[in-house]
Amino acid sequence: MQPNSRHFQVNAESALREPNLQSALKQLESGFVAGRQRCYDALPEFEALRDRAKEVLDHTLDNLDAYLLEYEARVLESGGLVHWASTPEEAREIVVRICRDAEARSVIRGKSMIGEEIGINDALEANGFEVTETDLGEYILQLAKEPPSHIVAPAIHKTKDEISDLFLEHHRGLGFTQRQTERSALVNEARQVLREKFLAADVGMTGANFLIAETGSNVIVTNEGNGDLSSTLPRVQIVTAAVDKVVPTLEDASLLLRLLGRSATGQEITAYTTFTTGPRRERDADGPGEYHVVLIDNHRSEMLGSELRPMLRCIRCGACMNHCPVYGRIGGHAYGWVYPGPMGSVLTPLMVGLDEAGHLPNACTLNGRCETVCPVKIPLPRLLRSLRSRQHLQRQNSSLARIALSLWSWVALRPRLYQLLTRPAMALLARLGSRSGGFRRMPLASGWTRVRDLPAPQGSTFQARWQQQQRDRK
Amino acid sequence: MTSIETIHSAESPHVGLFVTCLVDLYRPSVGFATVELLEQAGCRVTVPQAQTCCGQPAFNSGDDHHARQLAIQVLDAFEEFDYVVGPSASCLGTIRCHYPEMFADDAALLPRIEALSAKSHELVSFLVDVLDVETVEAGFDHRVTYHDSCSALRELGIKSQPRKLLASVAGLELDELQGTDICCGFGGTFCVKYPEISGRMAADKINAVEASGADTLLAGDLGCLLNLAGKIRREGKSTRVYHIAEVLANMADGKSIGEGDD
Repeated sequence: MQPNSRHFQVNAESALREPNLQSALKQLESGFVAGRQRCYDALPEFEALRDRAKEVLDHTLDNLDAYLLEYEARVLESGGLVHWASTPEEAREIVVRICRDAEARSVIRGKSMIGEEIGINDALEANGFEVTETDLGEYILQLAKEPPSHIVAPAIHKTKDEISDLFLEHHRGLGFTQRQTERSALVNEARQVLREKFLAADVGMTGANFLIAETGSNVIVTNEGNGDLSSTLPRVQIVTAAVDKVVPTLEDASLLLRLLGRSATGQEITAYTTFTTGPRRERDADGPGEYHVVLIDNHRSEMLGSELRPMLRCIRCGACMNHCPVYGRIGGHAYGWVYPGPMGSVLTPLMVGLDEAGHLPNACTLNGRCETVCPVKIPLPRLLRSLRSRQHLQRQNSSLARIALSLWSWVALRPRLYQLLTRPAMALLARLGSRSGGFRRMPLASGWTRVRDLPAPQGSTFQARWQQQQRDRK
Repeated sequence: MTSIETIHSAESPHVGLFVTCLVDLYRPSVGFATVELLEQAGCRVTVPQAQTCCGQPAFNSGDDHHARQLAIQVLDAFEEFDYVVGPSASCLGTIRCHYPEMFADDAALLPRIEALSAKSHELVSFLVDVLDVETVEAGFDHRVTYHDSCSALRELGIKSQPRKLLASVAGLELDELQGTDICCGFGGTFCVKYPEISGRMAADKINAVEASGADTLLAGDLGCLLNLAGKIRREGKSTRVYHIAEVLANMADGKSIGEGDD
C-alpha cells in the first residue's frame, strides 16, 4: 500500500465530514471500550497480567536472536521451512517464489496486518495469482478496493448498505442476484462464495498472533474460523510473521491470549484460537503438504536497538486506537498507511519514514489514555514524544511552529524580559477584549480561532499584581 | 531577584508557588485563589520572581535542549522550598513525572531534579493528600460539572481529591460528565496544529457538559479551560467556566473565563 500519511491534515478534515464514518466511530466507545472495561472489571488479576506480559515480552526482546533461532530449529524439525526477509520486497519475492514453485493458481488469505505491511496481495496479483481474502471484513475491503481502517475490525468504516451494494455488484455473476439487507443473509452469502474459494485454493496464507519458540508453532486468533480453513485446506501453507511475534513458551502465549481478546474486542477469548505446527504428518487427517514461515524484519531490528524498543511488545489488540480520542474522530484511513491510531503513529514513521509520516507523532494530545489500556504497557506518549525529538533534531517539524516555540523558550529563559514583555501585552489584550470577553479572530493565532474564540485575559499579570500587593502591604 | 514573602509562623510548611505561565498571563485571580487556599491550610507562601514556564511546550515539541534549560531555571528558583505547588496538573505533572526523564542521563543534576520532583504537587491534591484538608470555607450556589484534565487523571492520579473538596462547598451540586476520562482536545500545540480535530473534541466535550445539566464548568487546568471556554463562546452556549481554585477559595464572584460585560 502506497503511504499517504503526508496528507494527514486533509484526510482528517474530510473524515470529520463523513457522516457514515462518524456514526461508525461513535460505536467504538459503546462497543470495544465498554467491552474491554467489562472484562477488566471481571478479572481481578488484569493488572498483574499486564505486568507479567510486559516482563515476558521484555525478556523475549532481550533474547530475541536466541528465541528466533530456537523457533526456526523447531519448525525445521517439524518438517517446515523458515525464510528470512529483511525488507517487504524480499518477503514478497519469497512468497511469490513459493507460490510459483508450487505451481499454484489461487491463494486464500487469513487476515494479517503483516500482509498489508508488505503489500502481498498486489504482488501476488501482479504475478498472475488469484488472491482471496477470507476474513469477512478484509473480503469486503478487497471487493471495495480499500485498505483496512482498523487493525482488528478492518471494515469498521463500512455501513451495511454499502456492503449490500458491494455484494450485489460482485456476486451477481455467481448467481446471487438478490440484494441482501439482513446481516445474517450477507454473512451467509459471503460464506457460500468463500467456501468455493477455500476448496479450490492451492496456497493458504495466514499471519501469526504468536510464534512459539519451544514448539515451532504458529498461533492465530479469529472469530470466523477462516484462519483454520486457510491453514488446513490448501496443499501449501505460508505463514508471514514479523520477527517480534516470537514468544518463548506455550505458557507465555496463553498469558498473552488472556489479555489479547479482552483488550481487543472485550472477549475473554476469541471464537477460534488455532495452533499449527509444521506440515501434515502421516497420521494427520488434513493439513498442508508444505509449511513455510516467512520471518520479516522491516525495520524492527532498528527499533530493537533504539529507545523505541518497547513498541516491539505490541500484540496488535487495537485497544490504543479504540481509546484514542483522535482516532475516534477521524478513523484509520486518515493516518494514510497500514497501522492507524497511537501504535500506528509510532510504527508508520519508522517503516515509511518520518518525512512521509511526520504528522502522525504530532497528531496526538499526549492525553495518555492509550497507555493506560495497553495490555503490554507500551509507553506510547513517551515514544511519540521521542519521535518529535527526532524530528526536532532533524529539523523536520514545521518551521513556523519551530520559530514560535524557540522564541517562547528564549523569552521564558529570561524572567525579567518575560515580565517586561508580558505585562503590557496582557494589559492591552485585556483592554481590547474586556467588553466582549473574547476574540473571534486573532492575528498569529488563527489555528486557535478557526474553531473557538480566544477568551480575553483578566489584564496585567499575576506577578505584577502580586508584587504590587506586596509593596502596598509594606 | 528578591523573593517577597507573606508572614507566617516559622514551622508552617514553606511553599514556593509555581503559578504557571497561563495563570500568570491569563487569569491572575487563580493565582490569588491558590495563595488563599494554601494560607488557609497553614502554609507560608513565597512567589519566586524568577519563574516563567515549566518547559512543557518545548518538551512536548521535541525541543529537549530548551526544555532542560527551563527545568534548570525552575530548579534554581524552587529547590529551597519545602514544597512546590501550582494550580495545574499539566505543569506540575511535567515537573513531577517528566523532569526526571529529561535528566535521566545527567548524573550530576538528577538527584537535585528528583528531589524537586518529589516535593512538587498540583494544588488540590496537595491540599487533600499532603495537608489532609477535608473541607473548605466556600459557597457556590450552582450546579457544576468537573472536567478531569488528562495529566491530572493519568499522570498524577487525581480524581477523588477535587470532588472531595467540592463536596464541602455550600450550595454546590456536582453533576458528573459522561466520558470524563476523554481528552477535551487542547493538547498544547495540538490544538493549533490540528484545529479541526481539536475543535470536534472540544465540541463533544461541551455537549457532554450541556447534557450534564450543570450551569458551570470547573477544571484544574487553564489549558483545558481556555479551550472549552473558547468553544462555549463560539457555539453561543451559556455555561460559565471557572478554575476550581476560584470556587474553593470562595473567589468565583468575578467574571467567568471568556465572559464579557454584556
